[in-house]
Amino acid sequence: MPDYSDKVMDHFSNPRNIGEINEPDGLGEVGNPVCGDMMKFTIKVKDNRIEDVKYLTFGCGAAIAVSSMVSEMAKGKTLEEALKISNKQVAEELGGLPGNKMHCSNLGADALHKAIEDYMEKQGVKAESALSIFGPFPADLGEVIS
Amino acid sequence: MKKINLDNAAASPLEPAVLEAMLPFFTEHFGNPSSGHELGNVPRKALEEARASVARLINAEPREIIFTASASEANNLAIKGLIAANRVKGNHIISSVVEHFSVLNQLKTLEKEGFAVTLLPVDQYGLVNPEQLDQAITDKTILVSIQAANPEIGTIQPLDDLVKVAESKGVPFHTDAAAAVGWTHLDAKKTGVALLSLAGDQFGGPKGSAALYVSKKTRIRPLIEGGIQERGLRAGTENVPILVGLGMAAKLAAETLAERVKKSSILRDQLKESLINNVPYLHLNGHPEQRLPHNLNFSVEFVEGEALLLRLNMAGIYVSSGSSCTSQALKSSHVLSAIGLPPELAQGSLLFTLGRQNSADEIPYITDQLNSVADLLRKMSPLYHQYLKEVQNNA
Repeated sequence: MPDYSDKVMDHFSNPRNIGEINEPDGLGEVGNPVCGDMMKFTIKVKDNRIEDVKYLTFGCGAAIAVSSMVSEMAKGKTLEEALKISNKQVAEELGGLPGNKMHCSNLGADALHKAIEDYMEKQGVKAESALSIFGPFPADLGEVIS
Repeated sequence: MKKINLDNAAASPLEPAVLEAMLPFFTEHFGNPSSGHELGNVPRKALEEARASVARLINAEPREIIFTASASEANNLAIKGLIAANRVKGNHIISSVVEHFSVLNQLKTLEKEGFAVTLLPVDQYGLVNPEQLDQAITDKTILVSIQAANPEIGTIQPLDDLVKVAESKGVPFHTDAAAAVGWTHLDAKKTGVALLSLAGDQFGGPKGSAALYVSKKTRIRPLIEGGIQERGLRAGTENVPILVGLGMAAKLAAETLAERVKKSSILRDQLKESLINNVPYLHLNGHPEQRLPHNLNFSVEFVEGEALLLRLNMAGIYVSSGSSCTSQALKSSHVLSAIGLPPELAQGSLLFTLGRQNSADEIPYITDQLNSVADLLRKMSPLYHQYLKEVQNNA
């Protein structure tokens, strides 16, 4: 069994906020079945805050725990704050992830950022201008997989 | 909570008689078989009895059995050892894409060293086609190495036919029979293999007990040089207690093989029926009939294997998976991809290997648990939601 922290096992056993928001304000998807993990985040935005966030995840224990943790971290945050959530922070909040899971399963923040970008684009704000509004994205946003 | 081990190929408890046979060789009969004094007498005799028992299990002669510490070692001794003794005859080796890594990784190394390697493909069930083997053999071929049965999907190869092809062209045949010995009727002599690897922990013996059958007419070179233990083919003081355990496990397997195979096949089929009838979106991997009597491999559509494995673990059910997340290398099973399984199904694979301790009364619990675990994970799977939408749109 992988060396998962109690926090990871807690979120894996009782994942929070599962589901898909109907007519979401923003949608972000990362991963594919070849790599083994897929996440689909949907968000509801009100007054520049993430009012609701839900996800669907196909993946290992770490991927499910990461999704759950990201949803908890993002809920109620302003878009600016949510964009600053990094994959590294998510792993830290989970009490760490096994080394080999850091890259493949730790995609939750990326999926959330994609959902926020999607929302912004729908609002007519291009990702580049989002940068000028919020400053540079956390470094790991650049690693979003195609 | 119930504890159900359905991962017996990974590890299963020793048969009590095996442990009992081993124990005196840690203490009372601690001697070294090579000793000139009498402390070596009982261990030496026990070692040769163990060799004879292993030989009987596969219809070989005792002197054709070389003890090793793992089937991986036996595979290495077989391939590297044969090549070292036959280098002048050619540089071509034929194997298959579904072999164990202890075969495939050596072949990769040998390729870098200048050997030509042909890996034969398999069909959707994991079978190697003897005609394709026939076509692949050239006058430079010095070895064919094809497994007797696949440890993951359980498919049993048409070994007799494959060996016949190699034999007709005078090419020695090695079979990695680690998954098969103790679970199928394997006759080394009749089959005509030159080399055969087996592992004691696969049929009730201890871990670290294994052997390579080297037919009388086959010449190999040792990997480990030193003393003349194992006819000089594997130096080092023999691990007497472990090998006595192997001998006892082989003796018991030989005595009860037909009964074991029958009992396990029935249990396997009952479990298979129960799961297929009660758990939706299951796909059986491997050959429907031509498979090991203790092996079942399913893919659970829309969900990932490690999540299944962890959830089943929480329910006290221990299984294995071929998903990338369960492998240290983070690659999904090469066997499942070789039989053409799409990635999402390979990720959702579960391997069940039955053992002597499993029984039919566990089946309802296993079925219920797999059903609820798969249902729970399916409901949070983006692939399942996508599928539901497609079904809706088509309706």
